[in-house]
Amino acid sequence: MAEFANQQPLALHVPEPKARPGAEPDWSGLNLPPVGAQPRPDEACAAADTWPLCTDLIRVLDENGQALGPWNPRLDPETLRAMLRNMALTRAFDERMFRGQRQGKTSFYMKCTGEEATSVAPAMALAADDMVFPSYRQQGILITRGYPLIEMINQIYSNKADKLKGRQLPIMYSARDYGFFTISGNLATQLPQAVGWAMASAISADTRIAAAWVGEGSTAEGDFHSAMTFATVYNAPVVLNVVNNQWAISSFSGFAGGERQTFAARAIGYGVAGLRVDGNDPLAVYAATRWAANRARSNAGPTLIEHFTYRAEGHSTSDDPSQYRSAQERSTWPLGDPIVRLKNHLIALGEWDEDRQAAMDQELAEAVKAATRAAEANGVLGHGLHHPFHTMFEDVFETLPWHLQEQSEQAMRERRIKWPDWRPEDGDDMP
Amino acid sequence: MTDQGTSRRMTMIEAINDALDVMMERDPAVVIMGEDVGYFGGVFRATAGLQKKYGKTRVFDTPISECGIIGVAVGMGAYGLRPVPEIQFADYIYPGLDQLVSEAARLRYRSAGEFIAPLTVRSPFGGGIFGGQTHSQSPEALFTHVAGLKTVIPSNPHDAKGLLIAAIEDNDPVVFFEPKRIYNGPFTGAYDKPVEPWSKHPDSEVPEGHYTVPLGKARVVREGEAVTVLAYGTMVHVAHAVCIDKGVDAEVIDLRTLVPLDIATIRESVRKTGRCMIVHEATRTGGFGAELSALVQEHCFYELEVPIERVTGFDTPYPHSLEWAYFPGAVRIGEALDRICKD
Repeated sequence: MAEFANQQPLALHVPEPKARPGAEPDWSGLNLPPVGAQPRPDEACAAADTWPLCTDLIRVLDENGQALGPWNPRLDPETLRAMLRNMALTRAFDERMFRGQRQGKTSFYMKCTGEEATSVAPAMALAADDMVFPSYRQQGILITRGYPLIEMINQIYSNKADKLKGRQLPIMYSARDYGFFTISGNLATQLPQAVGWAMASAISADTRIAAAWVGEGSTAEGDFHSAMTFATVYNAPVVLNVVNNQWAISSFSGFAGGERQTFAARAIGYGVAGLRVDGNDPLAVYAATRWAANRARSNAGPTLIEHFTYRAEGHSTSDDPSQYRSAQERSTWPLGDPIVRLKNHLIALGEWDEDRQAAMDQELAEAVKAATRAAEANGVLGHGLHHPFHTMFEDVFETLPWHLQEQSEQAMRERRIKWPDWRPEDGDDMP
Repeated sequence: MTDQGTSRRMTMIEAINDALDVMMERDPAVVIMGEDVGYFGGVFRATAGLQKKYGKTRVFDTPISECGIIGVAVGMGAYGLRPVPEIQFADYIYPGLDQLVSEAARLRYRSAGEFIAPLTVRSPFGGGIFGGQTHSQSPEALFTHVAGLKTVIPSNPHDAKGLLIAAIEDNDPVVFFEPKRIYNGPFTGAYDKPVEPWSKHPDSEVPEGHYTVPLGKARVVREGEAVTVLAYGTMVHVAHAVCIDKGVDAEVIDLRTLVPLDIATIRESVRKTGRCMIVHEATRTGGFGAELSALVQEHCFYELEVPIERVTGFDTPYPHSLEWAYFPGAVRIGEALDRICKD
């Protein structure tokens, strides 16, 4: 030690967010650029031509509801209203399911409040048969693609009509017919899978592309690096979305490297096109996704898109964000609410008004309520209406091997001991 | 299970290459990927000539990323392809473990059959080649412990081809460990003697074309009355040789598939002999031998005349210079045989 005595001791940097509970949020570091000022390169450009955009922020909608600049996708009013409706339905669904969890109808739920644009707008910009590999907060994709609400709720309740047979944590949907890959609770695993799906599509001379979503926190996983490496090596037709909602449960984006560089800028190291988008601007998100999808579909390569947004609610129903972040963050987030922004745009265009908004919200709340009632007829978690016992052993393998057959018989035996009154004719509606 | 009458002598590497060739020819969904498997044909030559024959989009090199290789293969499987990724050494498989254990093994279950992962992960495993601790491991028990994975380990060219074809055709993910010590010749444990070529071994007679050795079916290599020997991979040959040397009338069973396991063949044999010795090269604690021992006890307790013997590698990393001190060879197996047959 002695020989180093005159040297300055090393100091470990542990990232700390700017505001904790009780403090006022400080957004001064965001450096928001002007709306409409970002150049839009050709979709087939060299990847490097996009890299200035990795540290910029693609914005289309301004504070007055005007759509500005070269990234304005110039959608017709009908499409804009559909987008607004999809986002509003997603929010209404979240509200109802959150309440259902608090009422004890299920174990768990995750809202996407404030982030609706990052799943609804991409789902509208992609082709209906493009394959999506979501993380756990992209319910807006299923809603936009028209997946029945009742099926989502059956899954959330793990009831007897749950197509996933009550095996998955609530919201971990799978919907093959809707091009929606089975959600994993292990983070970022879907990224190399999406790249593999895209490679398979290219191997097969198909025309469909893949898209995947991951939170900014999960970009720290090795899977992110593997996915980016494979995507660039094989020029895979894939769009990789990083939803930077600032928070990974209680860890702010600094714990994924966000203090040093934007997440979009990771594209640069891999030689991949990168875009950084205002994730609360549905038109900007739509335009960026369409740009990347067209690029992928024309064999011009993968794109990494960072959606800069804010997680307005807790991580999940098991989380309490008031314990670790400023309560004022949500109300002061400088990029606003994506639903309000699109609504104001439609109103500014003369294509919408507050009365129609209120009527739509009412109608959507009713639709969710009706779907919830219908799903509850199939049972809620822990109240008996679940899949038959033997289904626990199905789908581990394509066929049931002897050891699972034995264990299945054990489970049936236990059931007879626990509920001696049960008779086969009672069916499976037992505790 | 063979559909043709002709056959020829092959090494295990040639048989594996032939199985891949047969499946690529038959099924355009089969793709091969891995480190150095493309132009070069693999560090052990298992994929030699396949890229030239089937093209670069069906047989290709990958980045050095086992997580990526298996993750991408899962995505390809979800698309409808039938990937056969190679992990260059079993010792390198760990960065891909999450994709294998949490993803490939769980897709069918968690999606209630909407998505499957019909991949066959091939990987050379085991020691006896002076590979040191990073080129010699036998990690099969990590995979047999995982619900939803099948684990297959061939011991000879005939089985290697038939099992590999069955694994590729299987709609569940299969971990296919190839004992690299016996790629080019069977091995009786006599490490100081010249390598025997496969051409002198009857199991090197490999049928042409397509045939399968079904997964989950063990093979009685040699019938006997005195003791049942359970082994797989390289250790089938080593244990068999010790039994012959010692003149023990052993029934030697090559398990071939660990999951699903052929419990019926094991049960029938142990009930007949009343004695059981389990041999594997992997470390002892929590090894697959522990599972076998428990199963034999559960199924054959009243027929057992003496305690079950486990002969395994030691619970150390695989050493380089002391490789043959680590290896469960003739002395360790012989001692166990003596104990089990003494009365």
